[in-house]
Amino acid sequence: MPSPPAERSRVRKWSRRAFIGAGTAAGGGLVLGVAELAFAPDRLETRSGVELNTWITVTPDDLITILIPHCEMGQGAQTALAMMAAEEMSADWSRVRIREAPALDEFANEYVIRGFVDVRVPPWMLRGFDYGTYRLARAFGLQVTGGSSAVRGTGVYGMTVAGAAARDMLLAAAAKRWGVARSECQARNSRVSHDASKRTATFGELAVDAAAMPVPSHPALKPPETYTIRRTARQRLDIPSKVDGSAVYGIDFTLPGMLYAAVEIAPVNGGRLISVDTAPAESMPGVKRVVKLAEAVAVVADSYWRARKALAALKPVFDDAGHGDVTTAAIFSAFDKSLGAAPDLPAGAPTVVKADYRIPFLAHATMEPMCCTARVQGDRAEVWAGVQDPLNGRATAAKALGIPQRNVQYTNLLLGGGFGRRLPGFHDFVDMGARIAKAMSPVPVKMIWSRENDIQHDFYRPAAMSRFAGALDSSGRPIAARSKYAGGGDGESTFMPYAIADKRAAAADAAHPIRTGPWRSVLNSQHGFFKESFVDELAHAAKKDPFAFRRDLLADQPRFRAVLEKAAAMSGWGAPLPEREGRGIALCESFGTIVAEVAHVAVSPEGRVRVRTVCAAVDCGDVVNPDSAAAQAEGGIIFGLSAALVGEITVDKGRVVQRNFRDHQMIRLADAPEIRVEFVRSNARVGGLGEPCVPPIAAAVTNAIFAATGVRVRDLPIKNAKLAVLDAPGAAS
Amino acid sequence: MTLTVNGRSHTVDVEPDTPLLWVLRDTLGLTGTKFGCGIAACGACTVIVNGRAVRSCTFPVSSADGATITTIEGLARDGTLHPVQRAWIDHQVPQCGYCQSGMIVAVAALLDQNPHPADEEIDAGITNICRCGTFVRVRKAIHAIASR
Repeated sequence: MPSPPAERSRVRKWSRRAFIGAGTAAGGGLVLGVAELAFAPDRLETRSGVELNTWITVTPDDLITILIPHCEMGQGAQTALAMMAAEEMSADWSRVRIREAPALDEFANEYVIRGFVDVRVPPWMLRGFDYGTYRLARAFGLQVTGGSSAVRGTGVYGMTVAGAAARDMLLAAAAKRWGVARSECQARNSRVSHDASKRTATFGELAVDAAAMPVPSHPALKPPETYTIRRTARQRLDIPSKVDGSAVYGIDFTLPGMLYAAVEIAPVNGGRLISVDTAPAESMPGVKRVVKLAEAVAVVADSYWRARKALAALKPVFDDAGHGDVTTAAIFSAFDKSLGAAPDLPAGAPTVVKADYRIPFLAHATMEPMCCTARVQGDRAEVWAGVQDPLNGRATAAKALGIPQRNVQYTNLLLGGGFGRRLPGFHDFVDMGARIAKAMSPVPVKMIWSRENDIQHDFYRPAAMSRFAGALDSSGRPIAARSKYAGGGDGESTFMPYAIADKRAAAADAAHPIRTGPWRSVLNSQHGFFKESFVDELAHAAKKDPFAFRRDLLADQPRFRAVLEKAAAMSGWGAPLPEREGRGIALCESFGTIVAEVAHVAVSPEGRVRVRTVCAAVDCGDVVNPDSAAAQAEGGIIFGLSAALVGEITVDKGRVVQRNFRDHQMIRLADAPEIRVEFVRSNARVGGLGEPCVPPIAAAVTNAIFAATGVRVRDLPIKNAKLAVLDAPGAAS
Repeated sequence: MTLTVNGRSHTVDVEPDTPLLWVLRDTLGLTGTKFGCGIAACGACTVIVNGRAVRSCTFPVSSADGATITTIEGLARDGTLHPVQRAWIDHQVPQCGYCQSGMIVAVAALLDQNPHPADEEIDAGITNICRCGTFVRVRKAIHAIASR
C-alpha cells in the first residue's frame, strides 16, 4: 500500500480543471499528486473531497517512487509514465521506482477521460460504470487501461504536471535552506545546485523541507528540446521479473489452504444450467464440492488438475437460451440483407467501383486464460486477478457477492495479455470467481478457466460487413466513396483522410446474440481493412499506382501525407519484385496516431502467403520511450497479421466452433515478417501506441496480394482465399 | 515419485497422470512455468527434462520420475542470468511476458543443442505462441547470442 498523504489541506488550484496537492509522506519526505475535476456526462463538477492521484513520493533515502494508476500488460506504459514525471523533476532515472496504484477510488484516472474529451467517451468505457454504486462525482471512477490512453491522458495531463510541481518545491526548499534566490538554483540528476556558492543537495536531502513548501499553482513544463529522459530508449522496469519467472500474474497468486476450481460454462451464450449429476465428480480424489452456478458448473478440489479431471466426469445439461440455431452464415446473411442495395452514386460517373468486405469474429486469446482468486468471509471479501480496470474489478466482485464495494479488497496482479478482454464491463471471470469462492466461504478458491473456456466464452471482436460504392471522374480522380456497414462503426473508424468530395458511411445493423467487446484497436480493426481495401480498388480502377493515388489525395493532410511517403520510401516502393510478389500500402488514423504500413508478400504457386517485410511509419506526435514504442508497433503488426491471415471464430448451433490453439490459430515465429518501424515527430498532440499499428495491416497485406496475384481478397481471414495458380480464372484444368 | 528440479530433489505424492506443469506450479510452488493451452500447442509450459525441451502441460509426472528438470527459475546460476535471459533484457523482448518463461526455456534448450542455428532451424525449433507479437525481437536476440 502507498503511504497516504498525511494531510490533504494544502491544495492549490493549478488550472480550471486540475489541482495539485502535497503533503508529508509517512516516515518523512514529499508526497505530491494531481487531482482533476470529474468530467461527468453532462456537466463538470468540482471535486471538493480532493482525491489525489498520480502520486510522486520523494523520500530521504533519495528514492523517487511513482505510483502509476494504470496496469502493465506489456505495453510499457508504466515505464513511459514514470519517464514523463522523472523528466519534469530532472530526476536521476536510476533513483526512480514505480508501483502500481491500488484499487482505491483515489486513483481513478480521469486523465483517461480527458484524453478522450476532444472526441467522446467510447461506449466500451461507459459499460463499466455502475451508476448505482458510484456517486455522480465519481461517475468516471475508473482506473482503466485501454484506448491507448495512458501516455496521452494520464501522462500528458497528470505525470508531467506532478513532476514539474515536485521540482519546483525541491528548488524552493534548497533556496530557503541556503538563503538564495530560487531562480539561481538548478535541478539536475536528482540534485539541486547553486553554482555561485557551489552548494548542492540531493532530492532526498531536500525531501522533508520540500514537503513544507508552498504548492506551485502553475509549474512550468520543460521545453521538449531540453529533455534528457524522454525521447531516449530506457529499459522497461517490468522486464527483469519477466525473464526469471518471478513476475506474479493473476494465475500465480497462491494462499495457504487454497482450493482450485475448474468450470464448464453453458456452451451457448446466455444458456443456463438445467441439471447435472454431481455424484461422479464428488467421489473423485481431492474433490471438495461441485458448485452449481446459474450458467456453469464448477468443481472445487484441492488441486487444479484434480478439479479438471473431476469436471470431465460430469455431464451437465444446459439450455441454449433460444439461440441454438445461430450460425456465422446466418449472421452474415442478416448483415447482407440489412445493408440492402449498394450505396447510391452520383449519376453519370464514368467509372463505378463496388465491393463488399467481410471480417469474422475474433477472440482475444490472451496467453493467460481468465482466472480469479477470491476469499469471502462474512460480508467481506478479498479478490486477486489481473484486469484492465481494478476499480471495476472490485465493483464486479462486490455486486456478485451482494456486499458494499468498501468491503472488497481488490488486488490487481500482472496481466498475461489484455487486448481489451479485461476492460471494465467484461469482468465475467471476476464475477464467476467471486461466486464460487462465496460457495466455499471462508476457504480461498482460485478459479482458472481452461483454454477451451477462454476461446468459447470471450467477448469477440464483432464480425462485420461493409458495402462500398465509389466513382471516378474521367481523369481517374475519385468523386465519391460511400459505404454502409453492419457490425459497428463510428466517425473515427470510418474516417478517410482523402480529398474525395462525397464521402459518407452509414450504419445498417443486424442484431445477433454473440457476445462482442473491444478488441485491440476496437472498431478500427474492421474499418481499417474496409476503407483501405476500397481505396486500393479505386486506385487500380483508375489505373494508378496505389501509393501515388493516395498521396495525390492528401494535399490538405500533411501529417497523413508525410507518414505515407515515409512508409513508401522505407519499403523501396516501386522497385521491381519477382513474380507473385507484391507490395501493398495502407494508411489509418486511430487513437490520435497516424500509421502507414507497407507489406511485402510472396504468394507461392500453391497459394501460401508469406509476408516478408512490413515497414511502418508512425506519427504519434512525440515518442516518450522510443524502444518500447517500436515494440508496440511490432506487436500491433503481428497481432493484426494473425487476424488477417488466420484468425477466425465461427459459430454453429449457437456455439463457438473453435476450442483451443489447434483450431484457433495465431501466427508463430516462422510466419513473422521482418518489421521496420520509424517514427515521424510532428509535435502534434501526443497519440496512443498500443493499438494504432493494428488497423492498417490487413489491408496492406491484401493489397499486396492483389499486386502479387491479381486476386482481391475481400473476406478475412486470408487463409480461406483461393490464391493458388490453379485457382485463377482461366487456369488450365 | 522423485524429481530433481533446478538441482533440488523433491518427492511428490500425486496421481501419476498429473501433468508435470501442475506439479511444478501447485505442488512445488514454481509458478514461473505457465499454463497456456493444456494441449502442448503453445509452449508457455516449456521446461527442460533430461536436457530436452518438453511441454509440461501434457507430460505426465510419472514420465519425469527420476528425471532432472530445469525450469525458468533454475536457468540463472549463482545469481548470474543465463545468456538467453541476458539477451532478453538487452533486446527488451517481453511484453506481457506470460509466454516468455516457456519461450526462454525453449530457446535455451535449442541453443544448447545447436549453438548457431540458421533461421530455418529457429523457425522449426521455436514454435511457441506469443500473443503480444514479440517474434521480431525473439529472432534478433537468438541471433545475438548465437553470434557470440
